[in-house]
Amino acid sequence: MKIMAALSDMILPLVIVYILAYGYSRKINVYEEFIEGAKDGFKIVLEILPTLIGLMMAVGILRASGTLDIISNAIAPVAERIGFPKEAVPISIMRLVSSSASTGILLDIFKTCGPDSFTGRFVSVMMSCTETVFYTMSLYFMSVKITKTRYTLAGALVANIAGIAASLILCRSLWG
Amino acid sequence: MLNYLWGAMIFIGILIAAFTGRLADVTNGAVSSAKEAVAVSITMLGVMSMWTGIMRIGERAGVMAAMTKRLRPFLKWLFPDVPEGHRAMDHIAANVIANFLGLGWAATPAGLMAMEELQSLNKHKDRASRAMCMFMIFNMSSLQLVSINIIAYRTQYNSANPSEIIGPGIITTLVSTAAAIAFGKLMEAIE
Repeated sequence: MKIMAALSDMILPLVIVYILAYGYSRKINVYEEFIEGAKDGFKIVLEILPTLIGLMMAVGILRASGTLDIISNAIAPVAERIGFPKEAVPISIMRLVSSSASTGILLDIFKTCGPDSFTGRFVSVMMSCTETVFYTMSLYFMSVKITKTRYTLAGALVANIAGIAASLILCRSLWG
Repeated sequence: MLNYLWGAMIFIGILIAAFTGRLADVTNGAVSSAKEAVAVSITMLGVMSMWTGIMRIGERAGVMAAMTKRLRPFLKWLFPDVPEGHRAMDHIAANVIANFLGLGWAATPAGLMAMEELQSLNKHKDRASRAMCMFMIFNMSSLQLVSINIIAYRTQYNSANPSEIIGPGIITTLVSTAAAIAFGKLMEAIE
């Protein structure tokens, strides 16, 4: 378990050192490029912001109306039998459909349960190893006009369910 | 998709609030959430810009090109139907590396071009080829090394250690990607 903590602590510094060293070895003006790149970050966040407002507003309504609790409680008996936090049920479903909507629910969980609660940690890990399946599939296949997608959906679901299961097992062993 | 999903979330929420007598809470919920989105974005602005800044150095220095080269043997094994030196492979490699580094905005255009090239190799134009199925499943298994946005969100909500999820995130991503490849290869063997 100490290895896991070490890995978490080391990855970002390692990536930064590696890229900086690589940049210097190729005689890149690293500082100037960093500033240029940081400007792109501004553009990305500004592009995300309206989406985030729209989705957080919708999730805020779902939360305040009690709808999220109704969904969680409906499936709670099944979820809790396998040790799945019931608050994480709506986000696990939404994750497959929309990246921004699931981000809205993620932030809602951070707000209500806290990012360091078991549920907060579990959804953080789960979001890291899953992908929006339905949106990606329709975008990619529609762009080349493919209608028969064969076993793609089944495969994507298998991969994402494996990721969710692995997150649950790993988080339980790390943080109980 | 979001066009209906978003509206449905709002309609269902308000409808249920009307039944449970929580309409005042809904008003507050909507307004405070919209406000909060801006607070989250300000934290995101810092973390995201740091990441894109670092990645820009990597791009300029040729880190991505070097990674593409190292990825080639693996991709050749993953996509045996794509001929040697075909452009599809370059786009697939670009998409995989962009996903790996968490550069979602660069991943999508490369991914769409990869699909276009794979379609040019496809015999049945309305039916996904083996390579397409594998590419899509692999792509949707999540390939991202570090979810920098999740770390930013955790920071915003005062986590004591926002980056503690990186290690578990890498391990679980490996699991989901391994499951994707295993499933894809299994289906190829069956068919």
